Amino acid sequence: MKLIEAENLYRYYGKHCAVHDLSFSLARGDVLGFLGPNGAGKTTTMQMLCGNLAPSAGRIIINGHDLLDSPVAAKRNIGYLPDTPPLYRELTVDEFLSYCAQLHQVPRDQIKPATTTAKEKCGLTSVSDRLIAHLSKGYQQRVGIAQAILHSPDIIILDEPTVGLDPIQIREIRSLIRELGQAHGVILSTHILSEVQESCTHVQIIQEGRLILHETIKGLEQHMKMATVELTTRIPVNADLLKSLSGVLSIEILAPCKIQVHYDSSHDPSEQIASLTIAQGWGLQEISPIKRSMEDIFIALTQAASDNSANTRDSLP
Amino acid sequence: MIRTIALREFKTLFLSPLAWTILAIIQFILAYLFLTQVETFIRVQPELATIENAPGLTDIVVTPLYSNAAIILMLVTPLLTMRLICEERRNKTLPLLLSAPVSNTQIILGKYLGIMGLFFIMTLLISLMPLSLLTGGTLDYGKCLANLLALFLLLSAFTSTGLYMSCIAGHPIIAALGAFGLLLLLWIMDLSTGIKDQHSELFEYLSLLKHFQMIQTGLIRSVDLIYFAIFILLFLILSIRNLDNERL
Repeated sequence: MKLIEAENLYRYYGKHCAVHDLSFSLARGDVLGFLGPNGAGKTTTMQMLCGNLAPSAGRIIINGHDLLDSPVAAKRNIGYLPDTPPLYRELTVDEFLSYCAQLHQVPRDQIKPATTTAKEKCGLTSVSDRLIAHLSKGYQQRVGIAQAILHSPDIIILDEPTVGLDPIQIREIRSLIRELGQAHGVILSTHILSEVQESCTHVQIIQEGRLILHETIKGLEQHMKMATVELTTRIPVNADLLKSLSGVLSIEILAPCKIQVHYDSSHDPSEQIASLTIAQGWGLQEISPIKRSMEDIFIALTQAASDNSANTRDSLP
Repeated sequence: MIRTIALREFKTLFLSPLAWTILAIIQFILAYLFLTQVETFIRVQPELATIENAPGLTDIVVTPLYSNAAIILMLVTPLLTMRLICEERRNKTLPLLLSAPVSNTQIILGKYLGIMGLFFIMTLLISLMPLSLLTGGTLDYGKCLANLLALFLLLSAFTSTGLYMSCIAGHPIIAALGAFGLLLLLWIMDLSTGIKDQHSELFEYLSLLKHFQMIQTGLIRSVDLIYFAIFILLFLILSIRNLDNERL
């Protein structure tokens, strides 16, 4: 059974549509990375999944419970870390975690072991008795994560979990996420693309509230192999000529004599590029396919999506 | 769940100096007023002896004590209730409660009962003063209990108003001001009925003061109890509705 099934979610803030027709599902063992530029609707989507926001339309099924019809039963399966960790600053780490355990209806005799495990996993054992207000931002973030995994929920939703952590902590948290992903379903949102590459099994890119990519990490790596060549020449090339070749999508000028050609993966124009370069006498020095980084895919996809929506907007009467 | 949230709220009150300070100041001020009242009683005692059906110790000392407590607590309640929901929202800790498997009703009732716990202690502390009179006199217990009940009902009503204001306000200060303004308005609502002969039954019924005083006299009428019940329920339901709307 799927842990989360979200169907045709919409969310409006007044007239502004923050989430537009979003559907996806999450199974046990998945670690789903939410990517998107600022204001894409990542946080809104997560808030809807946790029952903090009601979708304007659509349905969310959490572990077989409809989030709108039986919110309490559905929420029992969720651990949520919002973008700002919800911490009571006047409590100590221990007090706070045991309060959270009680809120999540952890049986009384399980509270102590549960908080101890969560503290160990998040490296909080040494600060158990300190006031949350006196902890550094990184530690506060870890308390936030501990709070989300405390009751070992089936679904763990983390909104930018590695913000404010140092590189070593980030590595620890990533391995924690991978570990959690084995037995639970995890959703995390982030701006950091390498994080998705390292810890996720699936990736989902959102732009202006629309889902523009839902792929497994393997599928994404396929994406990465294609679609760009780098061309180095002796004299500057005429970009317009290159652009007129079939299959070429765009041209990026890196240096006067060094350009990158992005093309549609279905027809590779490398050969035409080479012959054109020779015919024009630009002095071909090097032509090589570029393995795209996650950043490139992200930027290409989000730009394509915003171009599309700009076009549709222009074409409106 | 209600108990968990209420206990947390109650303990949080005592983590900051707020609850301690308020308990201390109120006890001090009321003790001062109480002693003045006792002194008045001692001064007028010889005259009272000559009057038939004269007001007793309870009427002269105890009832004014609770009336004073009511007015002072009207000022204090908004300060205690202002942070309830408002501060959670400002500190972004509300998602913790909203994504936990608790209903909004449980959240509101938990918060409400947490504050009521403090008021329970406060009314008990205040009641120690009239009890001290037993060392040198006798009290009308029925009337004392009626006063206690009146004060507790009144505080419940104050708290529900404050809680609602804390739900709708964006800043704790605004919540406090709003609650205080509303309570004061409801308190003095029957003043207009005294002017000329324009007797407004509606305003008189709405006034908190009238119902409070009526119970204080020792006459516990169902109409007053129902008034308080409706008052408290109304604001609690409005608060729950407001929290429901948070998700929209």
